[in-house]
Amino acid sequence: MGERVLGDVILDMKNISLSFGVMKVLNNISFNVRKGEIRSIIGPNGAGKSSMLNVINGVYHPQEGSITFKGQVRNKMKMHEAAAQGIARTFQNIALFKGMSTLDNIMTGRNLKMKASLLEQAFYWGRAQKEEIAHRHKVEEIIDFLEIQAIRKVPVGRLPYGFQKRVELGRALAAEPEVLLLDEPMAGMNLEEKEDMSRFILDINDTFGTTIVLIEHDMGVVMDLSDRVVVLDYGRQLADDVPDVVRNTQSVIDAYLGVSH
Amino acid sequence: MQRIERTVLYTIGGSAILMVLVPWLLGKVAPDQVFFEWPYFFEVAIGGLLSGVMYSLVALGFVLIFKASGVFNFAQGAMVLFAALTLVGLIDLGVPAWAAILLTLGVMVLLAIAIERVVLSHLVNQEHIILFMATIGIAYFLDGFGQTLWGSDVRRLDLGLPNQPLKFFDGALMVNEFDLIAALIAGVLVVSLALFFQYTRIGRALRAVADDHQAAMSVGIPLKHIWVIVWSVAGLVALVAGIMWGSKLGVQFSLSLIALKALPVLIIGGFTSIPGAIIGGLIIGAGENVAEVFIGPLLGGGITDWFAYMLALVFLVFRPQGLFGEKIIERV
Repeated sequence: MGERVLGDVILDMKNISLSFGVMKVLNNISFNVRKGEIRSIIGPNGAGKSSMLNVINGVYHPQEGSITFKGQVRNKMKMHEAAAQGIARTFQNIALFKGMSTLDNIMTGRNLKMKASLLEQAFYWGRAQKEEIAHRHKVEEIIDFLEIQAIRKVPVGRLPYGFQKRVELGRALAAEPEVLLLDEPMAGMNLEEKEDMSRFILDINDTFGTTIVLIEHDMGVVMDLSDRVVVLDYGRQLADDVPDVVRNTQSVIDAYLGVSH
Repeated sequence: MQRIERTVLYTIGGSAILMVLVPWLLGKVAPDQVFFEWPYFFEVAIGGLLSGVMYSLVALGFVLIFKASGVFNFAQGAMVLFAALTLVGLIDLGVPAWAAILLTLGVMVLLAIAIERVVLSHLVNQEHIILFMATIGIAYFLDGFGQTLWGSDVRRLDLGLPNQPLKFFDGALMVNEFDLIAALIAGVLVVSLALFFQYTRIGRALRAVADDHQAAMSVGIPLKHIWVIVWSVAGLVALVAGIMWGSKLGVQFSLSLIALKALPVLIIGGFTSIPGAIIGGLIIGAGENVAEVFIGPLLGGGITDWFAYMLALVFLVFRPQGLFGEKIIERV
């Protein structure tokens, strides 16, 4: 992947500490995300990766530290407010709307883009009708992009795992986010599915210029995809650099191979 | 709209055929006990269908909240009573009927906001059983609060709805005008709600919240607004049910018990289906009335009380998700 020019800092995490009671989950973590990059957070189980993502997304509010998003320091932002500001995400354990079709699931991702009032919607009149049609177009584009045309009308509860992951990605994409948070998008997939997913992630980054923050276990995938990598272990930050450097950092190797400290 | 499966059509058709065939046969076999004549049969059946629509009205409120939060709202019956009490109370204070209806609707919206603020907002992401317990609390509070506010006497609710029997076929077939109007109102309500849920952003958001709170918030759906909207709509449905039932039976404590009649309707129609609430209501209403008149005499009468529940049990055995309910397949 030749030399990529990275944009300005879009998301800046400074000295983030998060604890649940006496459990210190994140300890003084600092890193930033540049516009248009693919940024990975890696680390062994229990390193605090998902917690970090939840902090960015407003699920958890850290006790210490500051988060600057698009130049604005934010405090105690709620999940749906984060969504409104352009942060979309997927979940480690797929969180889809199981009773709804693929199409409807992805349509919910357009929720924030729709402006029709309750009354207009109640009578399916004025903006409500026009909006449905316009957004339906956008959703069809995403369905084409992710190659899931065939399962458009299927309730997602009935889909195989790999497809569910893809639909969840589609729902996040539908919001046209500036930053896309992916929590283990390839967990539990076979090689072929992993390759498909990697291709989608690269395409999203390339086609839409979406900034991507990624958590992943599979080191091979991470090193291939990422522009820069943060390594966490037991809530501490071990390294933050380009993949080639991280790969050769001794503390990272130790953490992954389990050398006694 | 949901695609209608073949089995559903067979079940509905089968129930209809049974409902005609059994009384007819009984009329032939035991003419001393069972009086069977076609016009009389249709009068009984139509009367049943129309009262079934009244059950549907109540069931509808349950379906709405169940669809949007996955919670069986035990308080729906209490909401019917509370709406009716408030309406009658306002009318007795001299407020004109149309204004009283609007004001009551306002009260129901305020109630929805209060329920969200005081109860639901603290229970985000909790197990459904916990939310269910909360609705039991709300139910008893509303029962008591409504009667403290407006007294516990039986009150007459007269909105001037016509209540004359309409005669068809030279008086061979009589149908109550009031029942027809109730059916019409329920029909309009059901169709508009079904469309609203299926084709609008808020409808989709409501279904999304029912499936997964956290995922819903992550796509930017504000949980609070959705809960207020859905409880307000359930309040509106409770008000309509309260008006219809209140006009029929008078406004009294037993109104909150008609919620129990909605249970078999939900089991037959499916907890998540708005059209199911109507079909379920029709089957229960007609089945109950026909059974009481034509089978009842053989069993010594009084079978209306349990017939609906027995029918629901039969459905549970063969089709636990109800006619139109979503079949949930859990992956293990």
